[in-house]
Amino acid sequence: MHNDNFLAQYVLDGAWDEMCRPDGSARNHYVELMRRMQHITPQELQQRQQVADDTFLAQGVTFTVYGHEAGTEKIFPFDLIPRIITDREWRRVEQGLTQRITALNMFLHDIYHDEHILNDGIVPRDLVYSCRHYRREMRGVNVPQGIYINVTGSDLIRLPNGEFVVLEDNLRVPSGVSYMLVNRQMSKQVFPQLFDHYNVQAVEQYGQMLLSTLRSLAPHTSEPNIVLLTPGSYNSAYFEHTYLARQMGIQLVEGRDLVVHNNTVYMRTTSGLQKVDVIYRRIDDDFIDPLVFRTDSVLGVPGLMHAYRAGNVAIANALGTGVADDKALYAYVPAMIKYYSGQEPIINNVETYLLSERSQRQYVLDNLASLVVKAVGESGGYGMLIGPQSTAAQRSEFATRISQDPRGYIAQPTLQLSRAPCIIDGQLEARHVDLRPYILYGDRVTIVPGGLTRVALTRGSLVVNSSQGGGSKDTWVLYADKE
Amino acid sequence: MAMLSRVADSLYWMSRYLERTEHTARLLDVTQHQLIDVDITASQQRWHRLWQALHYNEAMAGSREPAPIVELFTADSHYPDSLVASITAARENARQVREHISSEMWEQINRLYLDIRQQVQGHHWKQATHRFYGMVKAGSHLFQGITDATMIHDEGWNFIQMGRALERANNTASLLHSHLGILQSASDEQGVHHAEWVALLKMCSAFEAYCKVHTPEVTPPRMIQFVVYDAVFPRSIRFCADSIHAATIAIDAKHTRGHGQRVQRVAGKFQAMLEYGGVDDQLATLAHNIVQVQAGCSQIGAALHEVHIDYAVDSTLSN
Repeated sequence: MHNDNFLAQYVLDGAWDEMCRPDGSARNHYVELMRRMQHITPQELQQRQQVADDTFLAQGVTFTVYGHEAGTEKIFPFDLIPRIITDREWRRVEQGLTQRITALNMFLHDIYHDEHILNDGIVPRDLVYSCRHYRREMRGVNVPQGIYINVTGSDLIRLPNGEFVVLEDNLRVPSGVSYMLVNRQMSKQVFPQLFDHYNVQAVEQYGQMLLSTLRSLAPHTSEPNIVLLTPGSYNSAYFEHTYLARQMGIQLVEGRDLVVHNNTVYMRTTSGLQKVDVIYRRIDDDFIDPLVFRTDSVLGVPGLMHAYRAGNVAIANALGTGVADDKALYAYVPAMIKYYSGQEPIINNVETYLLSERSQRQYVLDNLASLVVKAVGESGGYGMLIGPQSTAAQRSEFATRISQDPRGYIAQPTLQLSRAPCIIDGQLEARHVDLRPYILYGDRVTIVPGGLTRVALTRGSLVVNSSQGGGSKDTWVLYADKE
Repeated sequence: MAMLSRVADSLYWMSRYLERTEHTARLLDVTQHQLIDVDITASQQRWHRLWQALHYNEAMAGSREPAPIVELFTADSHYPDSLVASITAARENARQVREHISSEMWEQINRLYLDIRQQVQGHHWKQATHRFYGMVKAGSHLFQGITDATMIHDEGWNFIQMGRALERANNTASLLHSHLGILQSASDEQGVHHAEWVALLKMCSAFEAYCKVHTPEVTPPRMIQFVVYDAVFPRSIRFCADSIHAATIAIDAKHTRGHGQRVQRVAGKFQAMLEYGGVDDQLATLAHNIVQVQAGCSQIGAALHEVHIDYAVDSTLSN
């Protein structure tokens, strides 16, 4: 069986194509994948896709969509074709992210202690203090091992010249790693021979690595009691919380399961209270302790902040890390890297206009139709204006919002995210993708090879978020000898 | 791994609500399908007893006619004692602890919930009420079988057994209480009340089992002996008391601190009351005994809650 037509819909444009060179020939590491695709009929592809979707639904691999009736569960669309990254490409990403995360962690320690970087005028003091995620309560607090950002996920995109750049850092409670893990299980089931042919670096050790990272935060206890704190079953990422708790063999707790007594955190079990040493929290700062932050929060644990400040419990990530992934402070990350390490950034930022600066603001207002505007405090693809796809009304609405709250927005050029092959109606088509690697920071920085490749499944769309019609695919980082 | 109090509580309430769903279905089913052969006064009395057994709140619902009340108890999700509200609560508790029950259990309770919702929303249940209630009862039985066959019989399983047995004992006591009149006043006019007694046995799912032990010759003393004190009939209050007692022993065996023995003591007393009771003139003391059973159930429930679920923080700290 030979399917000559399988590339009929595969159109190249200005964006970097992960699979093809500009002349249409396959890049070396995609040759074998392309060859095998020629021997699979569209019907067969659709069958395999159906198997994958059914498996996800049956396993409850779903996320909750907000804004619909409570409990609307959907599967995160999975595309069968893996995204392949060479060892050489990956090594550079790994070095760049290690450098970046190390600098961001130093920045957090600095602004909550001596403020050298502010005193030296590298980062504007105003920008830090005006950030909604800056936590006064963290001033002078010494977090375990000095590590604030134990689990992060930075979003990378690939420019038309093939260069990886960081689009944003997620330093609070990044999600999606469970999809990385289930996607790998699935692609092994769907393409076992192809997987065997490629020499793919494993990701399955993530649960163990995360557990070691969390353990390292409680160095004085040989058997620390580690729990995962979830907002509960209505949270969109609840599946992930249950999945990770199971992978690590730790308790999945809600705020109401924990009590603080004499600045010590306990969990309520049927046989009495048990001391908790480390909390991997999947709940935002705002909701974590109603005595200190939002008083209307019923998700958190009253008194937790006091226990934390007393050093009786470790919380991962630390509180107040959101200040370093603020979209306006993002523009200063290259300067932070130079300031703390004396090195040039290995991975660059995307060019960013700060709207609190008068000259940059004017430029942005004049060029809204070609730029992307983002609200600094939003994530998940909400609060965005994509200039080239916007209407005049939307642009004037954003112009008003920017004038009223310049600190609340940033602008970036509209970037052509790289494109990778996806199965759309049984044919291969190119769709825009990004990459979110997951970075763990305990005793040292470790990154599982690959991460979550998110796909904008709508033709031409640049938005990869699951809440906005995005999907995902498995990411294969190859070992060096197969390149 | 220790069990979180919240998880134990959800397992317990999942089980109670499912048992309540089944109980409501059975009562509505028997009452409607026995009505065919009785006169109007007897019919009214029977409906009245049913509302009493189900704790019908007239002030809240406002109706006195059978049909709307049946609909209320079956299909009104806003009425807290309705069948549909009970299965929703059972399923919601199960959803909270999906990781702690087997996937087969989750699938069954979710399916039962979806089937009931679909029947109720489309008003299909009214076209074949007997089949509808039968489906509910069978769904509940299937869940219990799946639970026994697929879940580890550990602490969580014991909380499930506990919830079911307590709910069942309490429901049976309420049912008997609402039938005190026909059980006590009628010992001299058997022919008239026979149909009512059979209906009562059927509401306890006891008629077939009763006939095997006592033949179809139904008398109130024998009924009481069977439904309250029988040691091997799985819906008798005595049988429930045995299950509750066994579950508390199993739960306490896991705990080193010993603070759980209070539940065991209360459950043991309750079990003894039923094991060694029932030899005197049961009809004369029935009302009193029912009150004792209901009090026992609520004491056990409260002790369980105070010791294992919502205990005071300083009660379990050694320092």
